[in-house]
Amino acid sequence: MAAAEKPPVTGFGPLNCVVGWVDARFPLIKLWEEQWGKYIAPKNFNFWYYFGSLAAFVLVLQIVTGIFLTMNYKPDATQAFASVEYIMREVPFGWLIRYMHSTGASAFFIVVYLHMFRSLLYGSHRQPRELLWIFGVLIYLCLMGEAFFGYLLPWGQMSFWGAQVIVNLFGSVPFIGPDLSEWIRGDYVISDATLNRFFAFHVIAIPLVLIGLVAAHLTALHEVGSNNPDGVEIKKQPKDPQTGLPLDGIYSHPYYTIKDLYGVAVFLFVFAIVVFFAPEMGGYFLEANNFIPADSLKTPPHIAPVWYFTPYYSILRAIPPLFNSQFPGVAAMGAATLILFFLPWLDRSPVKSIRYRGPIYKVALTAFVVTFLLLGYLGTEPTNVWGQFGPWLGNVERATVIARIGTLIYFAFFVLMPWYSRIDKVKPEPQRLT
Amino acid sequence: MKKILALFAFVSAVLGTGAFASEAGVKLDHAPINVGDMASLQSGARSFVNYCLNCHSASMQRYNRLRDIGLTDEQIKDNLLFTADKVGEMMTSGMTRKDGKEWFGAAPPDLSVVARSRGADWLYTYLRGFYRDSSTTTGWNNVVFDRVAMPHVLWQLQGERVRKEESLKDAEGKEIEDGHGGVRKVVKFETVAPGSMSGSEYDVMVRDLVNYLVWMGEPNQVLRKQVGFWVLFVLGIMIALVGLLKSAFWKDVH
Repeated sequence: MAAAEKPPVTGFGPLNCVVGWVDARFPLIKLWEEQWGKYIAPKNFNFWYYFGSLAAFVLVLQIVTGIFLTMNYKPDATQAFASVEYIMREVPFGWLIRYMHSTGASAFFIVVYLHMFRSLLYGSHRQPRELLWIFGVLIYLCLMGEAFFGYLLPWGQMSFWGAQVIVNLFGSVPFIGPDLSEWIRGDYVISDATLNRFFAFHVIAIPLVLIGLVAAHLTALHEVGSNNPDGVEIKKQPKDPQTGLPLDGIYSHPYYTIKDLYGVAVFLFVFAIVVFFAPEMGGYFLEANNFIPADSLKTPPHIAPVWYFTPYYSILRAIPPLFNSQFPGVAAMGAATLILFFLPWLDRSPVKSIRYRGPIYKVALTAFVVTFLLLGYLGTEPTNVWGQFGPWLGNVERATVIARIGTLIYFAFFVLMPWYSRIDKVKPEPQRLT
Repeated sequence: MKKILALFAFVSAVLGTGAFASEAGVKLDHAPINVGDMASLQSGARSFVNYCLNCHSASMQRYNRLRDIGLTDEQIKDNLLFTADKVGEMMTSGMTRKDGKEWFGAAPPDLSVVARSRGADWLYTYLRGFYRDSSTTTGWNNVVFDRVAMPHVLWQLQGERVRKEESLKDAEGKEIEDGHGGVRKVVKFETVAPGSMSGSEYDVMVRDLVNYLVWMGEPNQVLRKQVGFWVLFVLGIMIALVGLLKSAFWKDVH
């Protein structure tokens, strides 16, 4: 009998018998120790390692605030807009819940983008963490879906026309396009039927998948162990004879429990500044046009997605149409996200961390980050934002040309990686963490 | 009749190229509002109920929410309750959307959150930017909303103005070229029939009205900032405490 072999539960004071009763019937202590309590992590996590736990924290925040929002929100085209205002005005502290949720959406992407950047810095996607990375990319894709479905719910002009534009993208798929977009909408235009199904996806379908993926992401992480800023595997180190731990390993608990708690406190401070003093964030988190109720007869002059989608929106606009079809742009936008899956195999450098990589990768990563931000900015603006080149260049829009160059750099970063990561001059990795 | 020249600070270069008619090219005046100013909010609420609510609604705002700007239920009932019977009702309009569409060509939009979509500066410029224009159906036009369906409801207060374009001249009296084949022009507004208010009185009245609209756009905004201050205070203490705890725990690692 497995239960009988377990040591008796201690450390819970008068609750020892209760925890012991549960542990005899459920692997409570084992689960805790494997997943966190006795999980051994490298001791040199830096600033960039806060964003994983912060992403988990924001997920919880979004789920909890989301539950309270659904208590008063009405997924009905005639009532949705007013019900959001009802939450903002009449529900006690409804404004706080709503602003936390709307700010949380943007915060989620900020935290996740920084978390992904950390992987590019220190090679956290490399062997043996390929599957961990793939789970992460799936989480990112789910997050994009979640944000897209959720953005329709306030039923403002940007909700409506943003959804209209994105769903129409599917219409450009050859042969099945028009049927496909109609199938997604459930109607010929974005309508009550669309709002209802997007609500279903936003509050139940995608969150369920997200939670499952996060569990898989964490299980995979705790199986292979954390990478670190030096990119050196602590599991390969000799064990400390006294503690039995790898020389540079420490227990997550209490060290990283308390460190992540500190991260959460600082995050909350910054988060609260936005929630309480700039919830619209100059129109980037809550767009002015979304305070106008959706009107299917009035197309806004400038439709832009929320900032976290704009790098991909820029790529979409940068690709010229082929045979009057926008499909090449749509395909490029899809490829720009799907290419992330292949990153673990595109990277051929003998070292993981940027600390021991050569100049080529450093330049490539810098160019990639600058390009991503630039594409993000251009996606928020109309294409004529920087005017046109002169007639000798065919009066083409400057922003479009820059977006095209940016798109090339974005893809070159990945496609050329097998080549440049291999020829790059690397420094030898140390045996111990620095 | 004393003619008052009201100079609007328009970029003359923009006007010279004929791009003036577009909404985007107009420089908005800064609205000097303060949502903490109760007297201004109350005055704005009065103007709102008297002038705006006849055609527009604010269907997400309850009358008794005006308690937040220092009014009592009795004051609301006695002075402001024209379109409803009880102070707990929403600020609806006497005019239906269908009527509005028929009479003006476009249903007057609900104004509950108009300040959040348009912004205070736009509203402030818009409400002060009407002028006579015989080419439009209402006889009015607006500097920030070309050929707007709404007539100048406040004309008796502001008076009637006409728009005039004048060529900009240099010291020798010669017209200045704008570099695009035209001459630089400046737009002036000339009052042809004065209203019951002076220019500055009208500006104050519009400021109060815009102030009210901004407050109504988010009635909890004052509370939000007050709560925010305390939340940041508590979080600041939390950061310090958790920071100390962290360094205590990490002492044996470093």
